[in-house]
Amino acid sequence: MAEAFSASVSILFHGCAFAMVLYLVSVGLSVTMGLMGFVNLAHGVFAALGGYIMATTMTSMGVPFVPAVAAGVVVAMAVSVPLERFLYRRLYGADELEQVLLTIGLAFMSVAAAKFLWGPLPQPFNPPPALSGQITLGTREFPTYRSFLIVSGAVLVTVLWLGLERTRFGAQIRAAVDNRRMAQSVGINTSRLFTVAFALGSGLAALGGALGGDILAIEPAYSLEHLVYFLIVVSVGGLGSIRGPFFAALLLGVTDTAFQYLLPQFGAFFIYALTLAVLLWRPHGLFGHA
Amino acid sequence: MTATAAPTPRAASVVEVFAHRHRFRVAEALPWVAAVALYFLFPDYLALGAQILATIVFALSLDLILGYAGIITLGHAAFFGTGAYVAGLLAAHGWGEPITGLIVAALAAALVGAVSGAVVLRTTGLTLLMLTLVVASMLYETANKASAITGGADGLGGMNVWPVLGCQFDLYGRTAYWYCLAVLFVCWLIARAIVHSPFGRSLTGIRENERRMHAIGSPVFLRRVTIYTIAAGMAGAAGALVAQTTAFVGLGVLSFDRSGEILIMLILGGVGWLYGAFIGVPLFMILQDRFAAIDPVYWYFWIGLTLVLVVVFAPGGAHGLADRILRARRRAAAGGRP
Amino acid sequence: MRKIPLVLPVIAAATLALGTAAMPAAAQTVKIGVINTSSGPQAEVGEMLDKGLELYYKLHRNDLPKGVKIELIKRDDTGLAPEVAKRLAQELVTRDHVKLLTGFVWSPNFMSVASVATQAKIPTLSMNAAATEAVGLSPYMTRISFTLPQEAYPLGLWAAKKGYKKAYIAVTDYAPGHDAGDAFAKAFKEAGGQVVGQLVFPAPPTTPDFAPFLQRVKDAHPDLLYIFVPAGGEAVSVMKAAVDLGIKAAGITIVSTQDLVPDEEIPGMGDSIIGLITSGTYSADATRPANKAFVAAWDKEYGTKLRPDFLSADAWDGMKAIFELVRHTHGKFTGDQAMAFFRGYKDEHSPRGTIMIDPKTRDIVQNVYMRRIEKKDGRLVNVEFENLGMVDAHGQVVSKK
Repeated sequence: MAEAFSASVSILFHGCAFAMVLYLVSVGLSVTMGLMGFVNLAHGVFAALGGYIMATTMTSMGVPFVPAVAAGVVVAMAVSVPLERFLYRRLYGADELEQVLLTIGLAFMSVAAAKFLWGPLPQPFNPPPALSGQITLGTREFPTYRSFLIVSGAVLVTVLWLGLERTRFGAQIRAAVDNRRMAQSVGINTSRLFTVAFALGSGLAALGGALGGDILAIEPAYSLEHLVYFLIVVSVGGLGSIRGPFFAALLLGVTDTAFQYLLPQFGAFFIYALTLAVLLWRPHGLFGHA
Repeated sequence: MTATAAPTPRAASVVEVFAHRHRFRVAEALPWVAAVALYFLFPDYLALGAQILATIVFALSLDLILGYAGIITLGHAAFFGTGAYVAGLLAAHGWGEPITGLIVAALAAALVGAVSGAVVLRTTGLTLLMLTLVVASMLYETANKASAITGGADGLGGMNVWPVLGCQFDLYGRTAYWYCLAVLFVCWLIARAIVHSPFGRSLTGIRENERRMHAIGSPVFLRRVTIYTIAAGMAGAAGALVAQTTAFVGLGVLSFDRSGEILIMLILGGVGWLYGAFIGVPLFMILQDRFAAIDPVYWYFWIGLTLVLVVVFAPGGAHGLADRILRARRRAAAGGRP
Repeated sequence: MRKIPLVLPVIAAATLALGTAAMPAAAQTVKIGVINTSSGPQAEVGEMLDKGLELYYKLHRNDLPKGVKIELIKRDDTGLAPEVAKRLAQELVTRDHVKLLTGFVWSPNFMSVASVATQAKIPTLSMNAAATEAVGLSPYMTRISFTLPQEAYPLGLWAAKKGYKKAYIAVTDYAPGHDAGDAFAKAFKEAGGQVVGQLVFPAPPTTPDFAPFLQRVKDAHPDLLYIFVPAGGEAVSVMKAAVDLGIKAAGITIVSTQDLVPDEEIPGMGDSIIGLITSGTYSADATRPANKAFVAAWDKEYGTKLRPDFLSADAWDGMKAIFELVRHTHGKFTGDQAMAFFRGYKDEHSPRGTIMIDPKTRDIVQNVYMRRIEKKDGRLVNVEFENLGMVDAHGQVVSKK
């Protein structure tokens, strides 16, 4: 009995840490897909970029952890702006197939570029000593860094939700997600909104990629390898939502970890089956709009 | 099969000539003549040639659902892989006869297509895209974990493929080449018959304006599931071809990479006119073969860049490009009038 | 107006592309096909292999009978991709007309080539691929590297004798992983130990998150953990996860075979691995004269920052065996003659010690050592502290030297 309890705690803990990383990376995708109606399969590239920049500044320039992560976020946001304005913008409202192909092409290019620039090995991930090792909570020990991840994730989702619900900017986003034409006719500058939202989404992805470099290894094929999971979080959570992906990520993270731990002979099979079931029941996701 | 006269000036684009005309034109014999010629011209590359032919079958099946029915799928490899594994398992467990193996594999893939189609084709847009991806991923995980049956990451070896119609599969790929060519020919005839039939026309209707099709009482859902099933069966046949000619099945037959690649190959050639497969597949695979020898890293970059450029500047692929060139020439010939 | 048959540009493109056809061969050039992994996540493993064989090739390329040359044709299988390897083997045989195939980082890749080897009667020498059943798949397959049971079985016996009672086994989910885990478990149980649990890590190319798996190990409270992961980036990741989860602090000793601590990776693993015990066939810091000469040649060619590891030593030995074959036969040999040469091939001056190819099984027999990670002159090194003798491919000791 005690063993089952201990196993459950382990599963919940690692599952939540995994979920936080998934959430951080995917929330930006959810907002931009709901906002711009653009199928962006290259979203993971920004997460990888954040991770790579963080790793590089830490190892070759000796920059400490927090500024390195910040650098990753800033670079990703900077890259996202011209990408959105000059490339993605051309395909708003275009056929889904073209959006899929364009973004897959970009993802392929990023894989090759990452391999060329940083080599094929996963990047070393070295959090500061303060966040390494173990901490004791009650009778058990937990890896400190993952505890930090869980806390950061919870804080971030709160900040994001407040931002969406309480600020004018958030209201504009909500309006544009609900009805773009109407939002435009009341004077919201949707094209600037898109650029800013896209940059923010990419920045969040970079944050997720950098902070989560332990769980989702920072390697060249990052964006393609984890694409399915990001898409699952977004589609199960519901496009354009902040809370939806959070719960979807928790569901996905904990279930995946539970199966890895208890029934590894099934691998990710039940995750996919679960996704299938949820999407058939609620095609627009748990928190999505019709 | 009668050859017809050159098209009247009213038949404006390449699409109409190839896709809408029932009767076979002389030009349509060209791919087959070329295939036979290539057999004699490049005897050292027949193994690659056989793989190209098998992949054209795969791309053809995708064109049926993507180009004609307008169903975007990121998981078409599910059917390809099912066919490959079924054919592989048959050959590995005592039944190595290729043709019957291929038929069984195609039927198995069609079954998977029918079941998954009935489930996922109720949805549209992103949800449908996701679900096609999810179905393929489920099959991938199953093959990965059921390694006692499939060999898992190590792959399914130990396949004993019997001679086809008396010809042993040799190391040089001679038998494989003819076998794949014959199967491709049959599949092409089937695909061609479908798209020119009333059923095929209704698919185009569903793709262009689904609401109106509902309004005229067309059984939209049933039609989509039907073409999905047929395409799945054809993809399964392609998978069986690959399995039988290489006597090996790796997990990659079910991977997202495989689904993505076949999409790219078809796009390069042009979607919706059946010949996109014949253009895009050889182009992609030959270039890939050459690039892989030089530097595989660069290949990934260039194919990604090509894809981006094609989407932005040439959305119809080779077909669309040819279309625009021909239209521009016609406009110039007619003295600037559109 | 004629419509351009679009198929013509395809033929043109194909002809152009294929214009880079095979080059004419020299007087008596023996072409050797090397199927290696130069891209993908385990590319650096392939790189170590390549450096080893290139070193021997470069130093000895003129050490051949007059008029005989060896040409290496290298192809990339891009990682764990058996179907690619098989196709490459087919092409090397039919297009490039090689007389021997070698390389092979990945066991599944090596295994998939068996039918090509048999059909074309091409000797195929594995410079790394270590799955036990591979060599038996074709009479033309042989191996110069090692097998997992060769290292894991003696390790299991050694661990049980040392007093460890409860072992947990964690291996990667592919052929060598299963080989290693099963061999270790068998030996450990035979010597009186108890295996309290077994788990598998997902197979490449994705680098898994090792933490939940190691958490499960920790929750089972063993006193010994046997790990096997493919050499390269995964070794670093799993050791890091072990540190993060406090495996050592929980009283669990980690043991492994040499893949966990290849000599060029250990500098990057940090002091936490000091004292780690592994069984293996090669350590860059071994004091044998043959190894000292090898390392000296290596340092001269590649500098001292990159240490040679077991992959490089195995590739060196493999290239040496191939050169010996060519010298012995003056570059003219059939597949059967080559296999007759390899059966019973013995080299007492390998950087690894003594190596031999068993005439009956065509598999490698060699010295296996117990090693410990120590810090010498500020560097982390594998120190061989016991020679278990000549061990065969199944882990049985055949002689004590």
